[in-house]
Amino acid sequence: MTPSYASYNDFKDQLLAAFRTNEELMNGASKTPFHQLRRSALKQFDLLGFPTIRHEEWKYSNVNGLFKEAFDLDDTTTLTANDLDPLEIPNLDGNIIYIVNGRYHPELSRIISPESQVQITSFAEAIKADPDFIGSHFARYADYQENAFTALNTALANDGVVIRVPDNTTVEQPIILRYITDARDKNIAAQPRNLIAVGKNAEVMVAEAYRTLGDRSSFVNVVTEIALSRDARMQYYKVQNETEKAYHIGTTQVNQSDNSHFYSATVTLNGNFVRNNLNIVLNGQHAEAFMYGLYMPNGRQHVDNHTLVDHAMPNSYSKELYKGILDDNSTGVFNGKIFVRPDAQKTNAYQSCKNVVLSPGASMNTKPQLEIFADDVKCSHGTTTGKLNDEALFYMRSRGIPKDEARSLLLYAFSQDVLSQIKIQSIRDYLERVVTEKLMK
Amino acid sequence: MLSISNLQAFIGKKQILKGLDLEIKAGEVHAIMGPNGAGKSTLASVLAGRAEYEVTGGSVLFEGKDLLELAPEERAAEGIFLAFQYPVEIPGVSTTNFLKTALNEIRKHRGQESLDAVQFLKLMKEKMKLVNIDQSLLSRSLNEGFSGGEKKRNEIFQMAMLEPKLAILDETDSGLDIDALRIVADGVNQLRSPERATIVVTHYQRLLDYIVPDYVHVLYNGRIVKSGPKELAMELEEKGYDWLKAEAI
Repeated sequence: MTPSYASYNDFKDQLLAAFRTNEELMNGASKTPFHQLRRSALKQFDLLGFPTIRHEEWKYSNVNGLFKEAFDLDDTTTLTANDLDPLEIPNLDGNIIYIVNGRYHPELSRIISPESQVQITSFAEAIKADPDFIGSHFARYADYQENAFTALNTALANDGVVIRVPDNTTVEQPIILRYITDARDKNIAAQPRNLIAVGKNAEVMVAEAYRTLGDRSSFVNVVTEIALSRDARMQYYKVQNETEKAYHIGTTQVNQSDNSHFYSATVTLNGNFVRNNLNIVLNGQHAEAFMYGLYMPNGRQHVDNHTLVDHAMPNSYSKELYKGILDDNSTGVFNGKIFVRPDAQKTNAYQSCKNVVLSPGASMNTKPQLEIFADDVKCSHGTTTGKLNDEALFYMRSRGIPKDEARSLLLYAFSQDVLSQIKIQSIRDYLERVVTEKLMK
Repeated sequence: MLSISNLQAFIGKKQILKGLDLEIKAGEVHAIMGPNGAGKSTLASVLAGRAEYEVTGGSVLFEGKDLLELAPEERAAEGIFLAFQYPVEIPGVSTTNFLKTALNEIRKHRGQESLDAVQFLKLMKEKMKLVNIDQSLLSRSLNEGFSGGEKKRNEIFQMAMLEPKLAILDETDSGLDIDALRIVADGVNQLRSPERATIVVTHYQRLLDYIVPDYVHVLYNGRIVKSGPKELAMELEEKGYDWLKAEAI
């Protein structure tokens, strides 16, 4: 049953109460170090509260919409495989994991890679089966002291996915995490929690794809922690195509060891309010991180990408390119932080954010933040925000290409710098299709 | 083919064309010359339909149709082609893909079937020879990182592909060395035909040594003040444009 109250304090109390209910059901397990961590995260969430726009990190992203209506924390669902048909991604190959309302659903999922290549389990199961492994990674990377949503997720972490890739292994098939929020009957809030540990000299491709079913409101607050051992390589894609009533707040926290390579693309196609935090700590020499992003809000959608690259060791490299196409009355935020620690000599860090604003009602806020404490480094950053190039548009029209098509062609070309980075073909095809459809509207 | 009468156009609050008249028949090559600021590029832009210019009076008929009523893409489909003075760089769109889209849009407008990939490639290979343009250039992003000469050759290549009825070359000679100029002019000359007219807009007589016009017009202060045979270009080269200013007073 959907609770009838709806306001900031009520929602907070509801979440705190959910924690206590959860705890009561745990019996002896509440004494574990894992649960003690959750308890301390809950305290922190209680202390911090939901951020307001007075908070520097949330200046342009107002979460007040979350308190306008009540969310149900009950994650049960009547959803079956047939209900997923409209959300199908054609030709999707590989390991396909369904996470519905934050819960791992093995009966919907399909794992085809052998266990010798990768172990994919539910987070809930891993807490019981391998507490030492969880203990050595859980909340070690994603800081919950400063970020209320990460604290909330940590406190309520019950389920999600754990992916472990052994040393010297290439996972041949990609792993697709499909997050479905079943908002057909009620407003749903979910707190999925994932952990991905990639062994030494191992390689894996993971995509997270978010969809909503139904027309009620949804709130997904996800945290994914990724640990790359030395010489590990990972492709990581986050794809959001949710509804006009979807709130999405997510943190992907990456810890990289020596000579590891992390390639990411974050593509936000639809959602009411989206906040992506991508935080990477280059905690090893010769570690490299590539971060690409594309966001295309329209209507009254809001998309906020916060990235942080922390160059902690010498000789590391980061490259970042985020691109936005903003229409109607949508708003966008890009905040890119780069830290270069005193030890991180010979750092190379490049950041760029380019935006096309299609309508006078749309707006974009960009904020690069470079904090450099080493002296022998190469860093550059640049942001541009402008209209679609009129001269290019006229050039194309003067050759016989109609205005709308010329516009789509230009914007499609603009998106290619990001989409061409995606190495899982079915995901790329899917994105090309949705992007094209969106541009033709 | 093209009939311009009393054409008046503004950019912002400034009037550039102040009652321009010009008649062009199929098969003819007309050179428009004149000092900087006379309105040469404005005329080219107005004919192609650039939005920044506001036409406040006069008329332009192209094969009997009111050109000024048409969107730029409709003008292209009717057979107007503007070779840009400064071709635009378009990252992410290859010349090949761009031209295929353009050509098939124009064909659609004319009620012709679209060309498939094989037919298109065959046509492209044939036209590439005209301006000595390389395949590798055409698969790159349109004009991006092209040299000045490559950009202008690409314009003439596009013209060859789209086979317009009326081609307008806006300062095509600017920024070209003599070899590039010769290649571009050769391309234009090979495209001359009894059905096609060409307007060559230029500041210098040099280009007209290679593309020999049937008529030369002098544009000054928004009007055509003098017209004559090709020898007029030689006279302008000798005397410069100062005498015009004296005459205009």
